[in-house]
Amino acid sequence: MRKFAMAVTTALVMAGAGQVLAQGTVKIGAIYPLSGNAASAGQSSKAAIEMAVDIVNQDLLDLGDLAMAKGAGLTNMKGAKVEVVFADNQGTPAAGQSQALRLITEEKVAAIVGAYQSGITLTASAVAERYGIPFLTPESVATNLTERGFKWFFRATPITSDLAAAYIDFLKERRAAGKKIDSIAIVNENTEYGSSIAESLRKAFGANGFNVTMEIPYSANTSDVQPQVLQLKDKNPDLVIFVTYTSDAILYAKAMRSLNYRPTMMLADNAGFNDPAFVEQVGNLVEGVINRSAFAPGNPGTIPHRINEMFKAKTGRDLDDPSARAMMGMLVMCDAINRAGGTEPAKIQAALKATDLKVNQILTGYRGVKFDEKGQNILAFTLITQMHDGKYVPVWPAGQASAPVKDYVGWR
Amino acid sequence: MSPILLQVIVGGLLLGAVYALFSSGLTLIWGMMNVVNFAHGDFVMLAMYVAFWTWAIIGGGPLLFTPLAAFALAVLGVVVYFGVVKPVMGGPMLAQMLGTFGLALFLRYSAFWAFTANFRTLPEDMIPGSFVVGGVRFEAAKVVAGIVALLLTIGLHLLLTKTRLGSRMLAVSEDRQAAMLMGIRPDRMQAIAWALAAGATGVAGALIATFFYVSPTVGETLAVIAFVVVSLGGFGSVPGALVAGLLIGVIESLSAFWIGAVYKDVLVYALFLVVLWVRPQGLFGKL
Repeated sequence: MRKFAMAVTTALVMAGAGQVLAQGTVKIGAIYPLSGNAASAGQSSKAAIEMAVDIVNQDLLDLGDLAMAKGAGLTNMKGAKVEVVFADNQGTPAAGQSQALRLITEEKVAAIVGAYQSGITLTASAVAERYGIPFLTPESVATNLTERGFKWFFRATPITSDLAAAYIDFLKERRAAGKKIDSIAIVNENTEYGSSIAESLRKAFGANGFNVTMEIPYSANTSDVQPQVLQLKDKNPDLVIFVTYTSDAILYAKAMRSLNYRPTMMLADNAGFNDPAFVEQVGNLVEGVINRSAFAPGNPGTIPHRINEMFKAKTGRDLDDPSARAMMGMLVMCDAINRAGGTEPAKIQAALKATDLKVNQILTGYRGVKFDEKGQNILAFTLITQMHDGKYVPVWPAGQASAPVKDYVGWR
Repeated sequence: MSPILLQVIVGGLLLGAVYALFSSGLTLIWGMMNVVNFAHGDFVMLAMYVAFWTWAIIGGGPLLFTPLAAFALAVLGVVVYFGVVKPVMGGPMLAQMLGTFGLALFLRYSAFWAFTANFRTLPEDMIPGSFVVGGVRFEAAKVVAGIVALLLTIGLHLLLTKTRLGSRMLAVSEDRQAAMLMGIRPDRMQAIAWALAAGATGVAGALIATFFYVSPTVGETLAVIAFVVVSLGGFGSVPGALVAGLLIGVIESLSAFWIGAVYKDVLVYALFLVVLWVRPQGLFGKL
């Protein structure tokens, strides 16, 4: 009998404690591809977001001025803890949409971050807009996302036009260094992300004296890419640009080797070629490929270096660029909720609009975070990296480069 | 003909042989039992993981992991027959379909749980090198897969048409009652059919792993093609799957090269619809 009474008491106390805890938590939804063709990238982003939550909830002293690092929990809300609710978008816009609906109506999240693929961010954020819930995308780059006149949509990452500008500045320097770049081929997957990048690049390149002579759109969910590689081999353009997701990036790397095709210069726009799974498995087949990244671990003692060490300790591998941007996006959202001092959507929205993070408060290579009236971060910026011995290192701009640019090698 | 065009056609034929290779198991199950195995793609996926882990853990090559995958999948086939297929055989058609569909999801998400979502690849030199004939490059791994596809097709066809075991299996598929009266044990025959089909799928998966990536969702990507190959070739016809696989491979490659990669599926499925319209039973199928 006494045992029973004790059990009941314990249960009651625990239930009470649970309630106190529940009052002190803020739920944020995170929509990512946890299954489907981009699942490895999605799982990596998930780990990064979990780390962002740890940074917020714990009082970490060795992260300098990084946003939300100091103090445990949301300091303006009596130290309330952040709880992230993950939702799997399965790599399809329809699933992204229904998961956004579930997070808002059933999980009652205060805000949402996500959803990796631009095409899925498109549908998921439309649901958030309808319900008046703040939605921040840390990584989707398709230009039109911020051209929809949405009031609840924010984007921390650089967009396609920023990337195009960076590529052009970089390529101009290469040209000045004596490299011939007269013909350019763009090979892009044909959903929102790839099409948007391809279009921006074509326009921006054309306006800057670079000719896109070939465009090869294809479906990322494919079992074979050899014909595309043969089209390239046939015309042999001076520069080949790949805009892919992960599984197709692996197929391209393998097909280029098996068909013995080495472009003179090869550039890959992030996503697939930046997926840690890609770098780990077939990075040695594309030595010298040029890429973009908003994250470079830097030297010991810097915040990015420390963050990378923490991520390595958690997952066993280096922090990749999309995941770094996911982590940053989550911190931006937590910073806004903290300044809002509550979870009313309108307050969070106002706080997001007032966001003004300085360069020392962020872990990615942005020059800060500040949103314009469309919700776009006007201080977003990207570095240019290159695969050197199976690892991406920054090679541009000169001030942030840790190695000189070299020619494309491919496999050895 | 320019070497690059020849290369496209050869690439299409090798790809088609691979398609035929992983479709034979699916068509066999249909031919034997009139059951559509929706988990087929995930069988391929598991075989690919058997190959990958055999290499990763004990460093075994294709000579070890191909038979191992065939054996593992054959066992799985028998387990699936008695555990999933047999119980739902007496139920409504929908239950049969959803039975293997449920199995597909179960296998896929188990793979996520056990192996994580990470993409993995076998090293490039598993079946090493490539050779050049007349300016056309042949990738050894795919040539091996193509030859095995051919041998497997011939083997399965001979087994079904020329052996006593094959006759018994066909008898069960034609008339279960009559076969029982003849002293054939239908359960045993059908379990053998599942073992054979899954075993062939195991060989296919192991060989595909030598030049393709491995991930829990890889089966989804491949299964769609397998269904097209099987219905184009004629449900239940093993030689049909070979011809249909080669046909689809070449059409895909040529249309992707000439017209563009985004249009290749349009052409393949248009051809598919036309064939079904003219010959609903497929190229080699019987009505």
